Amino acid sequence: MTETIIIILGICLLLYVLLGGADFGGGILELISRGKASGIVARAIAPVWEANHVWLILVVVILFVGFPTVYSTVLTALHIPVLLVLLGIIMRGSAFTFRHYDIEEERPKAIYSSIFRYSSLITTFFLGVTIGGIILGEISQDYSKGFFTIYMHPWLNLFSFSMGVFLVILFAFLANIYTIGETREEEHIKRFTRIGKYLLIALVGSGALVFATAEIEGHPLFYEFYHSIPSMICFILATIALPFLWIYLNQNRRTRVRIIAAFQTSMIVIGWFAIQFPVLVKINDGTDITMQSAAAPKQVQLQLLIALIVGVLIIFPYMGYLYKTFKFDNKTS
Amino acid sequence: MDEFMAARLQMGVSLGFHIIFACIGMVMPWFMFVAEWKWLKTKNEVYLDLAKAWAKGVAIFFAVGAVSGTVLSFELGMLWPTFMEHAGPIFGMPFSWEGTAFFVEAIALGLWLYGWNRLNDKVHLYTGMVVGIAGVLSGIFVISANAWMNAPSGFDWVNGQAENIDPVAAMFNKAWFAQSHHMIIAAFSATGFAVAGIHAILYLKNKLEIHAKAIAISLAFASVAALLQPLSGDHAAKTVAELQPAKLAAFESHFETGKGASLIIGGIPDVENREVNYAIKIPGFLSFLAHGDFNAEVKGLEEFPEDEWPPVPITHYSFQLMVAIGMFLAALGIIFLLGSWKWKHWLEKRWWLTLLFIATPLGFIAIQAGWIVTEVGRQPWIIYGIMKTKDSLTPMPGIQYTFYTVSVVYLLLSFIVIWLMSRQIKMLQSKYQSND
Ligand code: HDD
Ligand code: HEM
Ligand code: HEM
Repeated sequence: MTETIIIILGICLLLYVLLGGADFGGGILELISRGKASGIVARAIAPVWEANHVWLILVVVILFVGFPTVYSTVLTALHIPVLLVLLGIIMRGSAFTFRHYDIEEERPKAIYSSIFRYSSLITTFFLGVTIGGIILGEISQDYSKGFFTIYMHPWLNLFSFSMGVFLVILFAFLANIYTIGETREEEHIKRFTRIGKYLLIALVGSGALVFATAEIEGHPLFYEFYHSIPSMICFILATIALPFLWIYLNQNRRTRVRIIAAFQTSMIVIGWFAIQFPVLVKINDGTDITMQSAAAPKQVQLQLLIALIVGVLIIFPYMGYLYKTFKFDNKTS
Repeated sequence: MDEFMAARLQMGVSLGFHIIFACIGMVMPWFMFVAEWKWLKTKNEVYLDLAKAWAKGVAIFFAVGAVSGTVLSFELGMLWPTFMEHAGPIFGMPFSWEGTAFFVEAIALGLWLYGWNRLNDKVHLYTGMVVGIAGVLSGIFVISANAWMNAPSGFDWVNGQAENIDPVAAMFNKAWFAQSHHMIIAAFSATGFAVAGIHAILYLKNKLEIHAKAIAISLAFASVAALLQPLSGDHAAKTVAELQPAKLAAFESHFETGKGASLIIGGIPDVENREVNYAIKIPGFLSFLAHGDFNAEVKGLEEFPEDEWPPVPITHYSFQLMVAIGMFLAALGIIFLLGSWKWKHWLEKRWWLTLLFIATPLGFIAIQAGWIVTEVGRQPWIIYGIMKTKDSLTPMPGIQYTFYTVSVVYLLLSFIVIWLMSRQIKMLQSKYQSND
């Protein structure tokens, strides 16, 4: 039962990366392309914006109901980066909506746009930093140590920061791919294909950076990958996807690019899950919080599972309907 | 300010901010549903304009409600990790159902807002209904989680650990029903009067049909809600008397246990001398309200150790404020219902529109006051009788700074939203002016 809940948790997280991530990336992409993308990005994400973000809520709820120590440990040790993520979420969410619904006027729109863009960047970066902190294992539960050791060191390090950079590029890349799919104008397609290639190169570079900084911080990420067969497979598949992405980008095969980009991202995320398993949060004294040690009592898990399954049965078809209405009907309208 | 105070204030500010947006996001879809339905029935374009004008505002409120709600779900753990570690598995069940309800609501809202040209009329109309129903359900779920903090159940507390957890019993705790009906009714009444008040002032300036229709729709809901509110509040008070006698005593400033306790209206509590000055006292009425019998015994604060008293004056003033507003809004509700039934000319009168305008913020003020009664009145407990609030505080220092940051952000956001709304309203006005 615990495994099933963890799998659902993983799916929610993956969907948040794929759907919410593209939306965060939308802001970053606007920043990179100096606003050229804003119309397209806004049109693409507006109808699905709210729904994409509920995946995060689901992740949080599953954590505090099913694995309460994970929730309380992470939010205590990583209080600061999480706070920055939250401030970013408030600012970008409001600015995006204000831009969309405020009456047409240049100056306010420009202000909303820059808030939306910069806070998308900051939010994504600190989300990456937070994830880095969870992976790295510098979290301390010995509250007699100083402020720096407990509340700063776990995330204020090279590895977490390169995770931040990696996530920024990954999300921008995802958004870029969706954006190409949403436009029919030659000029835009050219521009975003070019940006897409740069981002792809940057993605590989920052991926390497993540591994390198892990070594520097004394976290044997490479070794762990090497020793877990599933994560090795994911790693290889994600790498194989790279040349295909490049080729299809060049040929402007939108659907294939979309599918492969989503596939590659999933491989990265699943590969990460595989090396973590069954550890949920690494602690610096080696007493890691695992799936089993953090799990809530059986009756609670059962109720949680029932709620999740009923929820999934309602949400997935309805979500599919939403996407069908706004994403695939474009040609007809 | 110490860490503990800062954390409590940050929680209060965040929740107080969220609740306004959540209420509007929960209630407005019902008004829009009626407007759209009327449009389909009468083919009067004014109703369509109204639904669309409201929709723009709702999109803004909904988005701010969603982000502030997201923040809350993290804040609970950032400020009260010990509480969440123990309580999460117990009161988490309504939260997991709430997740589903939110999801449905968000999807349906996306369809409704952007689907005017893509869905057929009937599907579009009922999508609005789905938004409303899912919103109310999520409201009920989250309130049931809060009610559990007031009336903890569904577990055994053994040596500081919860055992034999039964999430279903925790969800249907003894306070959930009273709190839920009272909150949902409050949301309808507060939002309804706020909408009616804004349209009333516009109507005073310019007698447009759209404002008359808006007032009629919003007051149809709000007046019924306002009439139900005192009944619902009475039930809430009886529940509190049974489950949390110290809270009841605090909001009534009732210090000594006694039979035939009198109801205290107004007044300034003097905690040191255990008395209330300058108050109107109605003998026997508190006993009646709390237990349905003029002679029943009502426990006073003296029954409890002084370090378990909630802050009396704040709780007392907030309660008085809420009840006073409740009575005023109920009176407006009666006028509206009488006016719609027989004395139609009342509803065109200047005094009536002015009264409505005065009532604009009152419902929301009462909501804030009500939550202060509930939350501050539960102190010093975070889980009533089980865990003290101060024992669940995060060990992280410097919460003052996060409190200042969060408050400034929310303050700014409030100003921007108010400014945006006034721009939308001006735009609506000028659109109709140019049509004349
Ligand atoms: C429009 C808003 C509004 C109005 C007019 C009233 N209330 Fe209220 N009240 C609330 C909005 C509210 C609230 C904000 O929604 C609370 C906070 C918690 C809850 O469930 O509802 C609440 C709580 C609350 C509680 C505490 C419940 C608890 O701690 O569990 C009591 C006893 C009452 N109310 C009683 C009344 C009475 C006797 C009213 C007489 C007219 C009244 N309320 C009007
Ligand atoms: C949305 C309406 C709500 C408002 C306006 C509100 C208001 C407040 C206020 C003013 C405080 C500070 C009280 C004090 O410390 O003296 C507080 C505390 C708190 N509230 Fe609420 N509350 C609301 C709903 C909820 C809900 C639904 C939950 C949880 C399910 C909740 C959980 C808490 C917690 C954990 C604290 C901190 C501990 C405490 O002071 O009791 N609140 N709230
Ligand atoms: C501790 C208290 C609370 C938490 C943790 C919380 C959490 C959340 C979250 C995460 C969302 C965003 C969901 C989305 O993206 O659609 C949200 C929105 C919402 N919340 Fe809260 N909430 C709390 C208190 C309340 C209360 C007291 C109500 C009362 C009626 C409420 C009603 C709603 C509604 C209706 C929405 C949907 C969005 C909207 O209509 O604006 N919440 N809440």
